[in-house]
Amino acid sequence: MSSKVKLIALSSAVSVMALSAAANDPVSLTIVSWGGAYTASQQRAYHAPFMEANPHVTIVNDDGSANALAGLRAQAQAGNVTWDLVDMLPSDAQLACDEGIILQIDHDAMLAPAPDGTPASEDFLPGSLGECFIPQIVYSTVLTFRPGAFPEDNQPSSIADLFDVENFPGRRALQDRPGTNLEWALYADGVALDEIYDVLSTPEGVDRAFAKLDTIKDHIIFWTEGAQAPQLLADGEVAFATGYNGRMFDAIEVEGMEAAIIWDGQVVEWDGWVVPADGPNVDVVMEYLYWATDTQRLADQAKFISYGPARASSAPLVGQHADLGIDMAPHMPTNPDNYFAPIVLDNDFWVDYGDELRERFANWMLQ
Amino acid sequence: MADATAEGGLTGSETDKRGRLLTSDGTPLRRALERANRRRKLTALALVAPLLAFILIFFAFPIAQMMWRSVDNPQVVNALPRTLDALQDWDGRALPPEPVFAALHADMVADLDLPRREQKIGPLGIRLNYELSAARSAISRTTRDVANFQEPYSEAFTAAHRLWGDVELWRIIKREGKPLTLSYYVAALDREYDADGNIVKRPENRQIYVSLFGRTLALSLAITAMTFLLGFPIAYYLSILPMRYANLLMIAVLLPFWTSLLVRTSAWIVLLQQQGVINNTLVGLGIIGDDGRFSLIYNQTGTIIAMTHILLPFMVLPLYSVMRTIPPSYMRAAKSLGATPWTAFRRVYFPQTLPGIGAGGVLVFIISIGYYITPALVGGQSGRMISNEIARHIQQSLNWGLAAALGSMLLVGVLVLYWLYNRLVGTDSLKFG
Repeated sequence: MSSKVKLIALSSAVSVMALSAAANDPVSLTIVSWGGAYTASQQRAYHAPFMEANPHVTIVNDDGSANALAGLRAQAQAGNVTWDLVDMLPSDAQLACDEGIILQIDHDAMLAPAPDGTPASEDFLPGSLGECFIPQIVYSTVLTFRPGAFPEDNQPSSIADLFDVENFPGRRALQDRPGTNLEWALYADGVALDEIYDVLSTPEGVDRAFAKLDTIKDHIIFWTEGAQAPQLLADGEVAFATGYNGRMFDAIEVEGMEAAIIWDGQVVEWDGWVVPADGPNVDVVMEYLYWATDTQRLADQAKFISYGPARASSAPLVGQHADLGIDMAPHMPTNPDNYFAPIVLDNDFWVDYGDELRERFANWMLQ
Repeated sequence: MADATAEGGLTGSETDKRGRLLTSDGTPLRRALERANRRRKLTALALVAPLLAFILIFFAFPIAQMMWRSVDNPQVVNALPRTLDALQDWDGRALPPEPVFAALHADMVADLDLPRREQKIGPLGIRLNYELSAARSAISRTTRDVANFQEPYSEAFTAAHRLWGDVELWRIIKREGKPLTLSYYVAALDREYDADGNIVKRPENRQIYVSLFGRTLALSLAITAMTFLLGFPIAYYLSILPMRYANLLMIAVLLPFWTSLLVRTSAWIVLLQQQGVINNTLVGLGIIGDDGRFSLIYNQTGTIIAMTHILLPFMVLPLYSVMRTIPPSYMRAAKSLGATPWTAFRRVYFPQTLPGIGAGGVLVFIISIGYYITPALVGGQSGRMISNEIARHIQQSLNWGLAAALGSMLLVGVLVLYWLYNRLVGTDSLKFG
């Protein structure tokens, strides 16, 4: 074969390959998420139906979200991006976006409108969309307690009770980071919900929050991993524990743990998708995203886990738990009965002051 | 040649005119030897080359890269070349003059024209935020409207974010406007720069790392001592047992090696917690009251107990292998010469186990100084070590420069300790097995 013939053969082979790629060549998507019950809910609500409708697509789950930003940065620096879609928190998404390692999202062009035609940018809950971030769910950090730890006529019901060791003795399991703890300290100290971050931006406010935390310091066990909080409650190690509302729902409703959630002062945050820049299958990912974040799909996820859908139009469609058959609406953080005193986590604040406050918090924990 | 040999009076070997010994093919013996030696060296080198390359690529290179990261500081230089130029004559006292703000405006506008992946302003904000909280949002908020700024720029910038009116931010930009920095080490030593550029201690409530280094050292020493106290009698007992029983018991010692680290650590949680097996048993037996339960976990006690268990084999194995080689007749000889059992143990047996103690101690100490999963799970707050902070900066706060500085300090610390050990005891006496 002369080199010219070879070249022609080669180029025609390449064009055939390109054609067949367009015509549904097998694609494997690596989707990074939080693992456990959360990934399972995504698998059943999004991945499995998507793969059924698109037999050429295989979705592989990777439980790397806890360190998603580190992973994205490492892959971008190595020039070898293997993740197609990543589930992460908006504060980390903002940092990744600043670094340019994830794609910017044109929400109305890339996401489905609501069934009544409302464009995506208006349908998603206010403040949830980010420059590079597509929210899926609202989750919250809630205070949970063991009813058996207190007399029946004196059960705790507010964040202030967490800081009241006289009337509500017992150990408290709090997360080993400043987020949520500082907000609650100020809230319990009488700061209005919408002024918490203004107060926390001042040195006096930070001192005030730590002084309030000092009052319960001897009664705190710190937890690191999300699964530890329900475990500490179930083992009877603590009377109160903070935890993610979905995990607490799982422990209480599915596993039958004896515990109750206090929705007062719940710290509400989004969680959602980002698309790594230079990912291997961006076209397919965009197809997936358009479909998996539409109104019905977001409502579907709530059948499997008690996190609220991030679209206003999804809320009326939330039904019953797929396995338990109980109504999910009362367990949603966004349910009006639960959403009476929420603290909406200020990601900009935590990206700005996180380093400094984490150091101070670490120092405080060691004292 | 033959004459020369005859004159030299030698038989059997030959020399050249200068009296050098020759081999049978006529080359000087020394050169032939050198050649043979070189060939042997090359063969040896070829044999170790894969391992050497492996170590260089996967061990030495990443360590060098990590140490480089702890001083690497490209963000400000890359993002603000014009601003740094304009800042050259600024004295750091009052706010910089208008030309500096104009240069900043030019830098930021120029950056907006770059493709997104090459923009330098995002990383700049993240970098400056390490030095001054809220610097990131000062940068990102300004970036949104910087294209529409009108002169005078100083007013436009200070209106966009209060920090542009803060001399501190400008001092940091000027100070960090060099390709190399010491600021990660300054932070890792709980220090910071004051307004005059002197390195001073941080406010008390933000100091964490130095005390954490100290605690890591103390915990590692305690764990090493515990493994020695527990491991020495076991190793001794194993060494005097007949081989087949010793092997059986050795399996018991090695069993922890074959169980997942997380399983072992979780088992300790079940045993040690306040409602756990140990406390329940003690309460059940009436030894302690229900409100007197011990706090055995989520503190330093938990870290020491769990890590002693996990690292015990590293102490027992070197001790056992050394003790096996000590002939029992030495002890009998000592006793027959009139030594009490204690004196015989102290003056005859114990000194011979020192190489094993040294090896086990160095192994356990160095492993525990860098341990992090177990302290993270059972250490609570008081049982955490410096490696937990390093992991946090690598995985969560993403301040890799600070993580690299802490890691480099830990590495240098271990090397210094090893050097000290070598000076005091001598590493040639180590016996690992």
